Amino acid sequence: MAGGCHVKPRRVAALLAAPALLLAGPAHAHLVETGFGAFYDGLAHVALTPSDLLLIVGLALFAGQCGARTARFALFALPLAWFVGGLLGAAFPTDASLAVLTTLSFGVAGALVALNARPPNGAVVAFVLVAGLLHGFVNGSTIVVGASSLALAGATTATFCLFAILTAQVTALSAGWTRIAVRVGGSWIAAAGLLMLGWLARG
Amino acid sequence: MSRRGIVAVLLALLPIVAIAHEEAGQAAGFVAGLVHPVSGADHVVAMVAVGLWGAVLGPPAIWVLPVAFPLVMALGGLMALLGMQVPAVEVGIALSAVVLGVMVLAEQRPPLAVAAAIVAFFAIFHGHAHGRELPAGTSALLYSLGFVIATGLLHAAGILLGVAHRWAAGRQLVRAAGAGVALAGLIFLWRAVVT
Repeated sequence: MAGGCHVKPRRVAALLAAPALLLAGPAHAHLVETGFGAFYDGLAHVALTPSDLLLIVGLALFAGQCGARTARFALFALPLAWFVGGLLGAAFPTDASLAVLTTLSFGVAGALVALNARPPNGAVVAFVLVAGLLHGFVNGSTIVVGASSLALAGATTATFCLFAILTAQVTALSAGWTRIAVRVGGSWIAAAGLLMLGWLARG
Repeated sequence: MSRRGIVAVLLALLPIVAIAHEEAGQAAGFVAGLVHPVSGADHVVAMVAVGLWGAVLGPPAIWVLPVAFPLVMALGGLMALLGMQVPAVEVGIALSAVVLGVMVLAEQRPPLAVAAAIVAFFAIFHGHAHGRELPAGTSALLYSLGFVIATGLLHAAGILLGVAHRWAAGRQLVRAAGAGVALAGLIFLWRAVVT
């Protein structure tokens, strides 16, 4: 082989390294880094995730429309479900996209607001629990890498605060154009959900 | 480049797919959605006319129409995204301005169900034409939300204009606005048929 193929070791290393680029795995989700620690990262996470925000707004409007008694139950049911769902998501994280389900959840909430639906308390709380578990699960699945349960507590706190503020406002509204404005807001959320389902179907 | 440098570059390239949790293009998507309905005169005049007609009809139509329109419009967008064809979309949009403008001009007050059905019918065309025009690299959800909100605000502008209908002079103003919408619709119809 004298005078045959003579390749420099550095070039061999480069040739071996190149295919490694193609084998590189995905970098998993991470939280927004606020610089204030995991709790605030989790808090900001909810604020910066449109589907979570739309669900919380939709459910708060819905529960508020159903009256103070229902809103009180929902106020504690949602953050509880969110936290439990988050723990489940952190324990059993999945890469599967649940975007269709999360879109359906806030879309249905918006439609219920637009229709001014008044189902029984139990049905409202059940819907809030299912939606909270779902979104909490997605949160837990996505923030598990590099985040602590403190981040989940931050996300749950954001959920509770936003829900409490909005639902209290809606509960206190008197009949009139402000109630109509709430229904219009619900129709906007539902319409955005419908369009989003189309985008998801399109891929 | 030193060996250490090569290793550093390779490490930097390692995550080929960053499944970042923060969605990309959120602000751009929302702004694009907000701007999109305003960028087309055909959409603007028809949306304002919905609000004007609602004001002419009075309660409960004044709020039923703006609640129903975005939902049915989104349904039209969903149909477009699912590949379902709607014939003569541009003609339908132009006709929506003509019909709604005439309704305002003539101060027509059909039963609520009929008014809602007319508005819903035309909403399909608007949603089908405009709901699927997502700029590349932007958030689909926030684009959709911005699009729906802008449409709703155009309804609100029409309703606010329509408040003038309570007064005699304002009534003529609202009717004149209806005539303007119908005229614009005829121009759009001409363009849609000729081109």
